[in-house]
Order: sequence, then C-alpha cells, then structure tokens
Amino acid sequence: MTATIVHDRATGARRVPVARSYRFELVKLVSQWRIRLLVLACWIAPALFVAAVSQQSSLPVDTLFGRWMHATGWAGPLVMLGFAGTWALPLVTSVVAGDVFAAEDRLGTWRHLLVAVRSPRRIFVAKALASLTVILLLVAGLAISSTAGGVVAVGNQPLVGLDGHLLTPADAAGRVLLAWVCVLAPTLALAAIGLLGSVALGRSPMGLLLPALVALALQLAQMLPLPIAVRLALPGYAFIAWNGLFTSPAQLGPLLIGIVVSLVWAVTATALAYLLFLRRDFTNLTYDGSARRAVTAGVLPLGGLLAVTIAVVAVATGATDSGIEQDKVQRSVATAFAHLYRIQTKQLNRPDVTEAQLEASAACNKGGGQIAAQGPGNDWRCVVSWHLPDVEAVGTAIYQLDITADGRYVADGDGPKEVNGYFLVRTPIGDAPNPLWQFDGNADLLPTTPPPKG
Amino acid sequence: MDTLLAIRARGITKCFGDVVALDGIDLDVAQGQIHGLVGPNGAGKTTLLGLLLGLAVADSGSLEILGTPVRRALAAPDGVAGFVDGPGLYPSLTARQNLAALAALRGGDAWTAGIDDVLEQVGLTDVADDRTHGFSLGMRQRLGLAAALLTQPRLLVLDEPSNGLDPAGKRHVHRVLTRLAADGTSVVLSSHRMDDVEALCSEVTIVATGRIVFSGPLSKLAAENRELDYRLLTSDPQAARRLAADTAGIGVVDDAGARNDAEVLVVRALVPALDELVVRLVHAGIAVRELAPVVSPLEAAYLALTEQPLIEQLEASR
Repeated sequence: MTATIVHDRATGARRVPVARSYRFELVKLVSQWRIRLLVLACWIAPALFVAAVSQQSSLPVDTLFGRWMHATGWAGPLVMLGFAGTWALPLVTSVVAGDVFAAEDRLGTWRHLLVAVRSPRRIFVAKALASLTVILLLVAGLAISSTAGGVVAVGNQPLVGLDGHLLTPADAAGRVLLAWVCVLAPTLALAAIGLLGSVALGRSPMGLLLPALVALALQLAQMLPLPIAVRLALPGYAFIAWNGLFTSPAQLGPLLIGIVVSLVWAVTATALAYLLFLRRDFTNLTYDGSARRAVTAGVLPLGGLLAVTIAVVAVATGATDSGIEQDKVQRSVATAFAHLYRIQTKQLNRPDVTEAQLEASAACNKGGGQIAAQGPGNDWRCVVSWHLPDVEAVGTAIYQLDITADGRYVADGDGPKEVNGYFLVRTPIGDAPNPLWQFDGNADLLPTTPPPKG
Repeated sequence: MDTLLAIRARGITKCFGDVVALDGIDLDVAQGQIHGLVGPNGAGKTTLLGLLLGLAVADSGSLEILGTPVRRALAAPDGVAGFVDGPGLYPSLTARQNLAALAALRGGDAWTAGIDDVLEQVGLTDVADDRTHGFSLGMRQRLGLAAALLTQPRLLVLDEPSNGLDPAGKRHVHRVLTRLAADGTSVVLSSHRMDDVEALCSEVTIVATGRIVFSGPLSKLAAENRELDYRLLTSDPQAARRLAADTAGIGVVDDAGARNDAEVLVVRALVPALDELVVRLVHAGIAVRELAPVVSPLEAAYLALTEQPLIEQLEASR
C-alpha cells in the first residue's frame, strides 16, 4: 500500500486576529452575571449614594470632602473617589482582572481556546485588553454616576479646596475629572497584579483575592509612619495623592511620582504575567499554579522593583523622613485658615478682606512642645494669628490637629467660639455651617519652598 | 493502492519530565476513515490526540496532518477540529452563543450561517437558546461536536465523544460521524466504549503504556486474536452441545449456566472452527437462532493485548 499525503486543500495554521479574540473575551466577560451586576452597581449605586447622603443632616466628615456634600455637588464624586480607592477599585480589579485567566482553568476551556486562537500571545493580549476595557467601564461608571448624583441633588456650586480656596464649578469639574483619571494609574497597577495572580495561581482563590489583598496591604502600609520615599514608592500612593490637585498651587510632585510608580508597576506586573503565561503547560488540566514559579516570577521581581523604586525616589527627592514638618504644617494651616476666613466673612456679610491683608500665620507644636514638631499624630496644636485692615489687635484662634502619616490632617477649632469654636455661625439669613470650625488640610510631604506672599 | 492520508506519524515520542507518554508511535489515518484509538487510562491516548490538535509538539519523530508537517505547538493546519478531555464550553452563554462566539472568532459570517444546521445535526435545536450551565454531559458532548462541525473540518479529533450520551444522542452522533466520513472527513476518536468503536471505526489503534500494540482493520484484529467465547442459541441445545463437543477446535464453556440460561450454549473457538460448527449444526437440522461473541472481538483483543506484559503484546501485534 502506497501512502500519499493529502495536499490539495491543506493550508497552514491561521491565527485569529487580536481584535476578534478581544471581542470574544469581552463577550465572555459581560455574559457573566457578576460582571453585569458590577456594571449596574457602578453606574447606579454611586448616584443614589451621593444623592442620599447629600440630603442627610449627618455628613461623612471622616472622608475627604464629605463635610462639603451639602454645599456642592462636586464633593460627591470626590467622596466616592476616596471610597473607591479604598474598597471599590481593588474589588473591581479582583473580580475582573483577578479572574480573567483563572476562569478558563475553572471551566477547563484552555485547550478549546488554544485550538481556536492558536496563539497564547494573542490570548494574553486579548484577555488583558478585555479586562482593561471592563475595568475602565466600571471606573467611568463610578465617576459619572457619583458626579451626576451630586450635581443633580445638590447643584453646580463652587468647591472648597483642601487649602480652603474656592474652586469655580468649572475648575472643580476639571479637577474632579483629573483626579479620577489619576487614580486609573494605581487601578491599572492593581489590575496588572490581578492578571499576574490569575496566571500564576490558576484556579486557586488566592489569584482572585490578590489585588484586594495587595490593596489592603498598601493601605495598611500608608497608615504606618514610613519614610516618605517608601510611601511614594508604593504603587497605591496615587489613590491618596490626588488630594494634591485640590490645593493652590497643586501638590503635583507626590501625585506625579505616584502615577509614574503605579504605571511602572502596571507594566512590570503585566510583563511578568505575560512571561509566566507563555511558559505555562496547558496540557495539565488540574493546573493550580506553581508556588515556586509564583515566587520566582512574581514576588521576587516585584519586591526588587519596590526596592529599586524606593532608592530612586529617595535619591531624586532627597526625602527620607516622614515629610511632616513644623514649617509645612504651619504654612498649610495658615493658608487654609486665610481662605476659609474669607468664606466666613462673606457668610457674615462683613467687608471682604484678602489673604494678603489677613497676613495669617500659624505657630504649631506637637505634644505640648515637649517633643520635636514633626511626624504624624493627633497631638499637634496650632495658634493661628491674623490681622484685619484698620484694626490694631491681632486675632488668634486655636486648632487641634490630627495629622495622619500621609500628610492629611483634620483641624478642629478650639476657640474663640465666635471664630472657630462652634459648628454654626449666625448669618443674616440664619445659621450656617461654620467653615472655620473644622476643616481638612493636606501637608505636602515633599521638600518645598514657601510660596511667595500675596 | 494509493491511500490519501490525513495523518502520518512516524516515531512520535513525547515525555513529561521522567514520564514517557508516547514512545515511538507510528500512525496512518486515511482520508474519510473513522479511526478508533483505544487503550487503558494513562496509555497516552489524550497526549496523542493533543498532538493531533496541535496543543503540544512531539519531542521527536515526525507528524504530518492534512499534508502539512507540524513542527511546533498550535501549528496544526486549518481543517483540524475537535476536543480532548471534554468540549470547552462557556456556561454563561447559550448553546447558540457559544457557537456564535466561536464562529465570530474563527470564521466570521460564513460560519455563523451554519449554526442552526450544526445544532440540528447533533439534535440540540430545542435547547439552542438555553444557557449551557444546565446542560448534561451528553448535551455538552453534542454541543462540542457541533462546535467542531461548525469549522467544516477535514480532520476531526474527538476524545470520548459518546460519554454521557443516551441512546438517541448516541444515534445522532454516530449518524453525524458516519456522514462526515462518507463526505471525506477523517475522524480519530478515542473511547472506552468498545461497542462504539466497533460500530463506527474501520480501523483501530490500541495503545498501552505509550506504545502501539495493534493498529489496523478491526477484521484483522479479530483474525489475529486468540479464541473467543461465542453465545450460541439453537433450536436443540442438547444436540448442539454434543455436536460442539465433537467438533475439532471447539471448546464448550462449562460455567455458561452461571452466565446464561439453560438454552444458551457458550463455546470457545477461533473463527474457522466456529464456521465448521455452524455447517454441522445446519446439516444436523438444528436451527441457529443466535450466534454472537460474548465479549466483542475488539474488547477481547483489547483485554488480551493490554493485560499482557509488553513484550508479549508486541509479539501479539505482529
């Protein structure tokens, strides 16, 4: 018997274009009930939450901009952004990116997919792009929904920034948008870590949980009194650093560093996931990941990246301590007080004064002056002094400050009562919230030069 | 005689670490042939099917599929379809959506137009818009086959396609595979169901511990095999028993009563001796109502070849 090979219609292997593979991955993602629920939740719940909270008598003052939710609709998306950075975005990245590869392991569909697409590289690219698309859709939902809820429920009023200066509605809208865009960087870093976990750990639930666990660890780390170089080198710092957009001038240094670090983490973790994926043995149906490979291709390179980033940030910024220093705190409190004083003046229908006329200054100490005035703590005390035109006496007001390790602080007015000692002020049209009673502020952690007066 | 080959494998070896999954496999599958692949668990069947689908590449040896040499993973030529270890289905999609997604991925509009046709071929039209989450194993198998058919394959590779199928589903699948083969598509299927293999396959390859212990037509397998037990039902069992005992090459299996009723005679013989017995029964005026192997020739050969030491197996296959 002579054997002859079929040659007539034989053609070589034809790979599927990435665009088709991407569409296939998107179809699979959006057909999952949990993704659909997430999309609905992200596009509806924030609007309802912001609108409902804005109508409450008790506001979430522990959250940045929460105390301004009565006053402007632009506070709502920022409150949501704070919440999203802590909970929503890590969970979103876990559910989407942390499961996009592991789902094929659970369903036993890798062989089917490989035979259909014929290129692990294209499968990886399509899955990464599809999960990125869904994550962007969810983040957009959180931002747009919370903004719509706030603006519709409260209105398009000016927003008080973190140094007390007033942002016009247009300026507030731009900065709110920019803040949400900025947190995409750490979100991408978490998503990339999710991809890495999903590839490295297979069907193990640890893969799904990894972004949330990493985000939790990063938040815990930010609560510790770490040197500023370490703080900035963590990939989640931009979840906090967007605060700097709401001061004047904006504290762009920490934000830009945080974004760059996050993007470097995103690229590195994605590249590691890609390499790990290409080396995977798809013939083993019971693959549950390799602990050794997860350590050598995941934990060690990212640990190395962290060490290098810390060193680079320390050298580039020269910042190795906590970044919270007496002069920065004094400058920040005096600036915020001056801006807020003008708002109170307007509320009380008094003649306007400028910040330059007020010449506000603050004298702050820590621990009653018994310890060095630096670092986080709730034992900061500031005495703010200011001048009024044609008045010889110098006004003073006292604040107790609780400064957290990330530079954020809450200044709690301690009197006198008619300036900052009571939460309401009596205005010609009735009682109104006293802007000087409590306010949020943000000390720039990087070394800065004092802004010019006036 | 020239035979068009869909698969030509020579000296295929595949190892996973220290484990030799395939050891010098030679395999020819002709165009339009349904070729059975049988063997014990761990014999290397799935590994071989995976190589045919392009999921892995052999460590050594040569493999040509549909005339195209396959030298790296995922390089099987277009026209090869199938599944190993069960079909890959997405439970959040309906049967139709699963096929549509595959069509959109690989073939575009031309394939999409064929979705209803392949669903009908495998008997799943009624559940086409149900999510596959609730599908039974048999329905999943049929949908996997439909997915393979959608690609209009010229080589179909199926791992246990009859798993979980009810008689109606089995009939559907058999009908589809037979028609495909008649149209020139080659089918390689592995199965532990010997009745399926015998009903569908013209040639069979038996694999044990990574080596081929037999490959060829089923008829050759039966002829080369040792004596088989046959169940014989006649109009006069007592006379038939006496005739059988007197016929050279025929052994009467005495414990037949434990397995059959008293009317049934079980004899052990090679085919020529069995032919002689039938002739003698007819000459004696005894009607033969039923004559069938107690265990199918393939199953008997399978058991004989895979339960012997390897050297004996190789000798038996020559």
